[in-house]
Amino acid sequence: MEKIPIQVTVNGQSHQAEVEPRMLLVHFLREELGLTGTKIGCDTSQCGACVVMMNGATVKSCTCLAVQADGADIGTIEGLANGNDLHPIQEAFWDNHGLQCGYCTAGMIMTAVEMLERNPHPSADEVRAGLEGNICRCTGYQNIVKSILAAAEKIGG
Amino acid sequence: MTTRIFGSGIRRREDPRLMTGQAAFTDDIKLLGLLHAAILRSPHAHAKINSIDTSAARAAPGVLAVYTGADTDGVLNPIPCAWLPPDSDIKAVPHPALAVDTVRYVGDGVAVVVAESRYQAEDALELITVDYGVLPSVINPKAAMDPGAPQLHEDAPNNQAFHWVVAGGDADAAFETAAGDPQNHVVVSENIIQQRLIPHAVETRSAIANWQSAMGELTLWSTSQNPHIVRFLCSLVTGVGEHKIRVIATDVGGGFGSKIPMYGDEMVTAFCSMQLRRPVKWTETRSEAYLATTHGRDHVQHVEMAATKDGKITALRVVVHAGMGAYLSTAGPGVPTILHGLMYSGPYDIPNIKGDVYGTFTNTTPVDACRGAGRPEATFLLERMIELLASELDIDPVEMRRRNLIQPFEDGHDVATGVTYDSGNYQGTLDLAMQQLDYPALRQEQAELRSHGQYIGVGVTTYCEICGLGPSQVAGAVGFGGGLWESAIVRFYATGKVNVFIGTSPHGQGEETTFAQIVSDELGVPVEDIEVIHGDTDLTPMGWGTYGSRTTVVGGGAVALSARKIKDKGKALAAHLLEAAEEDIEYEDGKFFVRGSPDQNKTIQDIALMANVAWNMPEGMEPGLEATTFYDPPNFSYPFGAHVAVVSVDPDNGHIVLQRYIAADDCGPQINPVIVEGQVHGGVVHGAGQALWEGVVYDDNGQLLTGSLLDYAVPRAHMVPDMEILSTVTPSPHNPLGVKGIGETGTIASTVTIYNAVLDALKPLGVTKLEMPLTSERVWRAIQQAKGA
Ligand code: FES
Ligand code: FES
Repeated sequence: MEKIPIQVTVNGQSHQAEVEPRMLLVHFLREELGLTGTKIGCDTSQCGACVVMMNGATVKSCTCLAVQADGADIGTIEGLANGNDLHPIQEAFWDNHGLQCGYCTAGMIMTAVEMLERNPHPSADEVRAGLEGNICRCTGYQNIVKSILAAAEKIGG
Repeated sequence: MTTRIFGSGIRRREDPRLMTGQAAFTDDIKLLGLLHAAILRSPHAHAKINSIDTSAARAAPGVLAVYTGADTDGVLNPIPCAWLPPDSDIKAVPHPALAVDTVRYVGDGVAVVVAESRYQAEDALELITVDYGVLPSVINPKAAMDPGAPQLHEDAPNNQAFHWVVAGGDADAAFETAAGDPQNHVVVSENIIQQRLIPHAVETRSAIANWQSAMGELTLWSTSQNPHIVRFLCSLVTGVGEHKIRVIATDVGGGFGSKIPMYGDEMVTAFCSMQLRRPVKWTETRSEAYLATTHGRDHVQHVEMAATKDGKITALRVVVHAGMGAYLSTAGPGVPTILHGLMYSGPYDIPNIKGDVYGTFTNTTPVDACRGAGRPEATFLLERMIELLASELDIDPVEMRRRNLIQPFEDGHDVATGVTYDSGNYQGTLDLAMQQLDYPALRQEQAELRSHGQYIGVGVTTYCEICGLGPSQVAGAVGFGGGLWESAIVRFYATGKVNVFIGTSPHGQGEETTFAQIVSDELGVPVEDIEVIHGDTDLTPMGWGTYGSRTTVVGGGAVALSARKIKDKGKALAAHLLEAAEEDIEYEDGKFFVRGSPDQNKTIQDIALMANVAWNMPEGMEPGLEATTFYDPPNFSYPFGAHVAVVSVDPDNGHIVLQRYIAADDCGPQINPVIVEGQVHGGVVHGAGQALWEGVVYDDNGQLLTGSLLDYAVPRAHMVPDMEILSTVTPSPHNPLGVKGIGETGTIASTVTIYNAVLDALKPLGVTKLEMPLTSERVWRAIQQAKGA
């Protein structure tokens, strides 16, 4: 299959690559760039394990082609912490037992990043509604919601 | 003394790697020269394979090989079932890794393609043509035994996989007495369907096999809850010596029972690597997982309960048809028998119990454990029947339970099913839950709302469950094909840092933290200085895995005992170094000191250094500071509790809102209460899924109609409320820490609690029975039907 050249900036670093037009963004990140923090939990755009930031908004990277990300600025879970300093949302997930197996966590945290940017002081119901596209089988969501509310408090003051 | 680390809700030690994308789940791992496999699966529920043409696939770009059952047959041994309940006439039918001449469910593996990339492997799958001769199929576990039903296996007439019986007292006589004396007795009966579920860990299965031919060694990364069992069974299937197999399952994205079994797919992956002498990865797609990863539940139950008119239960009789799917999965037959029938007494005194469990073969995905595994199905039938009895006798359902609860006990209580509960105070958790609820006020509110045409309902459950599996002798006696002990090595280095190597393998339950807390509590080493290692059979001592809420109970016991051995050795070495008698050495908070003179002391770190350099050891003492324990518990553990659900039902559209959920559980002393709460949260929501949203649907031809997240409704955040979590502490007398399992209690109790709450809400509308899941449509239809009646 013919390959197409793309340029993508991921976590601040620019990458040039040639990809098949059908390659999914999540496969590009995981297989080509080795950024395996972004997970795959389904093949119908339902679970949210693959959520990344693209030009400042969340996308399900399993539902986006790598070629669609040409020229884009992508943020993944690997780029969220500042060196050894965790992002306040990561810190809040840690403080509030917001993860168990950790498989949904990258998607949850990336979703929360955008959620709090749009709505710095969400109610618990708004947080729950905002997680509509993310599935967690371990936590029953309670501590994920708690984590996001705690992060909002910390970030928003 | 500082706050005790045991019992403290510290942050988890495993979280940093999981929150930053640095964890290594199986599909995250890449090896040089890695090939990719994709598996072709049967589109038919039952068919003869007339022929398979793989030539076009073989010629496709990037493809190295295509194998079918003809290639694996005789090279790979059949996939074994590892739980064969005795005296049940069980038919352990052969289960080939790839189908040889017959496919028996949609999803049965038929062929495998290995290619340089995953995309190429999947492209080539589409080029394989299979000529199938379609056969009739059977889906329902009870209908499978009907005369004339399509037969799955020659060796299993009437599709009967097994018939297992549990009996205590004389249930038949008790029912006769009840029938003969209707003045003083009442009998209720009900048909209950425990619908089939999909466990649905968010990580699908994945495997990487790396065969090193020169050494004859196989390394297998596998998404498993029990890597040592995988090593054992992999050796049986591939013929590679167990000592030449290394299984790695460090970071696993949830299991919920579906990652207990040995599957054909992982063994096919190993086969491919052994043939091609290159590492091979196979990762399941979610669509594939629906078909190829084990399902749970699938019971058709007929239940009868007899009681005296004053509400004392006299007997329980149950007939279960439990679907096993097309083959017996690794632990499948143990689930509706040992883990189900033995709990027919629940927390109640029921003198006469009889259960007949028929395992049946159907043209469906094999069934194995799904969080709770057998106990939710037992709790459901008990709690439903008690509700019916209460209604029949016009006794308040909570009072009905109180009249039958076993009185508090601290060390052993025998029930009619033949098991001995460890300790219990069922009234304690019920009282706590009722206080939290304010039951009288809620009933009043319910009555008021009803008069305005609004319907809320309350469900109250008291439960007791069996977990902490379990004594190995009992495992052998109940047909479990392995032991159920655990082992742990606690190793101190000269620097005072500690590794704890455990055989069992958590995958989200947090034992990297709680086991560090155990060691820290026993030996006074800060948790930061302790690293718990698990999930690699080359690094860790033997263990039987994480399921049946056993890791903390059994594995934690092994860790505690190893730590105590270290303390004993530390005392002896301290006595030598302090030139004191061993009897005069005391230990507190990480220090060994001479009684009466705390200044004369050696810290555990001093001891670790001196033991590791061994410059000055007492006569006969070995160097090093390390201890190993193989711990086999003398009994199971029996956690218990009381759960309450409050729901509202909109009579106009059947929509149910779970308004409140209270869980009052007793799992003995809690090592980390935050982790305990998290386990309960997840368990309750999983059980709520069964009550309200989740259910597998097959059509009559065995096509799975709920084969994606669009059709199979896993609970999402906005569908559930914040839960109210409470606890009491009744230690188990049987293990070193007094702990009981908590990983499954939420699921065990919540399904029926929510179900009973909904039926309570619907009572004034005349609805007395509903099949799960209680979707709005079903509820609405039932309301309409009751109106019409
Ligand atoms: S993997 Fe993208 S939504 Fe599930
Ligand atoms: S923590 Fe396991 S799926 Fe969310």
